[in-house]
Amino acid sequence: MKSAPDVLQPLLSHLLASGAQARHLSDQLAPVSMILVEADAWLGVARSAHALDFRWVGVWADDLRTDPTSAATFHVNACFEKTGAYLVARTTISGDHPALASHTPVYAGADRPERHVHDLLGIVFQNHPDTRRWCRHQAWSADQFPLRRDFIQADAIAPTPADHSYNFLLAQGTGVDEIPVGPVHAGIIEPGHFRFQAVGETVLRLEERLAYTHKGIEKIAQGRDAAGLARLAGRVSGDSTVAHTWAACQAMERAAGLELPKRAYHLRALLCERERIANHLGDMGAMLNDIGFAFGAMQFSRLREIWQRMSHDVFGHRFMMDCIVPGGVAHDLEPRFEASLRVQADAVREQIKRLMAIINDLPSVTDRVRGAGILQPEHARALGCLGYVGRASGHSVDVRRDAPYAPYDQLEVAVPLHHYGDVNARARVRLEEMAASFDLIEALLDDLPAGAHNTPWVAPTAECEGLGLVEGWRGEIMTYVRFGADGRLACFFPRDPSWTTWPALELLIHDNIVPDFPVCNKSVNGSYSGADL
Amino acid sequence: MLRILGKIQRIGILTEPVAVSDEPALTEVGEQLRQHIGARFHGSLAIREVDAGSCNGCELEIQMLGNPYYSIERFGVHFVASPRFADMLLVTGPVSRHMEEALRRTYAATPEPRLVIAVGDCGACGGEFGVSYASCGAVSNVIPVDAVIPGCPPTPLALMRGILQAIQARPQG
Repeated sequence: MKSAPDVLQPLLSHLLASGAQARHLSDQLAPVSMILVEADAWLGVARSAHALDFRWVGVWADDLRTDPTSAATFHVNACFEKTGAYLVARTTISGDHPALASHTPVYAGADRPERHVHDLLGIVFQNHPDTRRWCRHQAWSADQFPLRRDFIQADAIAPTPADHSYNFLLAQGTGVDEIPVGPVHAGIIEPGHFRFQAVGETVLRLEERLAYTHKGIEKIAQGRDAAGLARLAGRVSGDSTVAHTWAACQAMERAAGLELPKRAYHLRALLCERERIANHLGDMGAMLNDIGFAFGAMQFSRLREIWQRMSHDVFGHRFMMDCIVPGGVAHDLEPRFEASLRVQADAVREQIKRLMAIINDLPSVTDRVRGAGILQPEHARALGCLGYVGRASGHSVDVRRDAPYAPYDQLEVAVPLHHYGDVNARARVRLEEMAASFDLIEALLDDLPAGAHNTPWVAPTAECEGLGLVEGWRGEIMTYVRFGADGRLACFFPRDPSWTTWPALELLIHDNIVPDFPVCNKSVNGSYSGADL
Repeated sequence: MLRILGKIQRIGILTEPVAVSDEPALTEVGEQLRQHIGARFHGSLAIREVDAGSCNGCELEIQMLGNPYYSIERFGVHFVASPRFADMLLVTGPVSRHMEEALRRTYAATPEPRLVIAVGDCGACGGEFGVSYASCGAVSNVIPVDAVIPGCPPTPLALMRGILQAIQARPQG
């Protein structure tokens, strides 16, 4: 991490000057800093952070009880970041009707995350501009809170009815059509509901209704051991299995104060960069498919297939699932495969170059992607958009560069930045990110340390906690863990970057035509599962 | 245009003619698929894929069936947008409670006789997620299932084999 005090001190001073009660804590979430604040200073924290240009990273809460019959006490945490210095603000509230000021009026990106916390823990965020439920549909009632320790799971649950009563915003007027889409979509993709209001072909408004794949991940994590949590984290979003497992393991290892052999970090990064390339290859093909350019779609899907086959041959799984484990990686890289990985990286890099020389020359392609789905830089910034979505709209965040964790602290990470914010810019960023990842794979293999690929996992004592921060292919993943007794997890919260880009899709589709929605959506490609939890 | 044609010619036909590593020949599975689809479905098997709550890993592999290596369409298998003209539902799970009713309705909208395959470990048995306040677990806990394709996620070849077994098991007629 960068010298956090230089960045954080002004925030603390600002906060104290505003009369807030705050106490600085240095090491509980090390290397991330944490401050404890009184509940009535909660809004002040967001205001001070916003005034000093901090980014809002996420919010999560934790029912601290070990005895479910005792009175409820919650930790509520919000994370902020500026130039790689991360700060967690924490407050403690209690009672059956806990309430806290909403950060949403200050940070627009806090909207759905706060509603998620409310639906699962019953914490009311006061002055939240949108009081509708978010991750709750009809599977549990408004007075039940699944993440509270006294939540009682019914033995037999009646069939869950469809969610008819959600109040979508309505557009009224002559010539406004409403187009409901989903949750079962036409393609082989994840479920969600999109409510379009259109005038002719032009989209006036899009409203998303997600959480159809809500599986209760935070709840079923509780009581798992470290290895079990790593497996679960690897299934938060299947396409980001490596990055999510890494973030969860990093959080657990920070909680346990466990240092890994250098080789383990290198191998993790190798897996993660391969995952980034696999997904960008797939999405490039899918974007070209969505504009009806079958040649490009087939070429990129071909490259993705050979890439995944190599992952299977070298790491034993086409998506490299469960390759990262607490303490390191599950299997060592056999020396005979080092050359294969290099040769493939070179070959695929060259293939992309040749393909793009053809594709860039076709007006029928460029016409469709230039100027389509523009996300304005100020919107990207306001929502804290991560990954390629932010980087295509002038908002550059990359944990590998800003708060480098091993092995990126030893590597130069090139982070592309574009400003126009359209589908074309997002595609450019993805291509440039692939180029950077090919360089990283080469550097990682050049400098692969000898030695062990893992170290035995040693569970920390109860109450140890950690925050993992990993740059997945969609952007920064923030994962919080707190251990309970016997090395078992008491709290797990993975914040997928899709939380920040789903709201961006609603904005960038405005004034585009309905037939351009698929390519606009694919250029963003939020994870449903990753954000639904 | 010339460059596109040039590229197509240089890459040639990738569609897998022989065995893939230790897997049995793809064409063997494919040819059997073609024969059985010919005999039982007049040469065309229409599949509606339903993600009923998966982590999206299964979807990625099902999508891969369309890439030039597997090219499952050549055997007469088509993925369709509506259950109303589907012969088969390929359902991934675990079935989240929020998708429960949507899955039931998709099943009801599929004309009989319909085949349902539960895909992946989660669809087969609930996988890492099991049954909870938010998850119904296995697909068979919600709708009748004819066959399962285990795997986390199943590879494209395992998917093809599973589809083949499911239609083989179906009475001819």
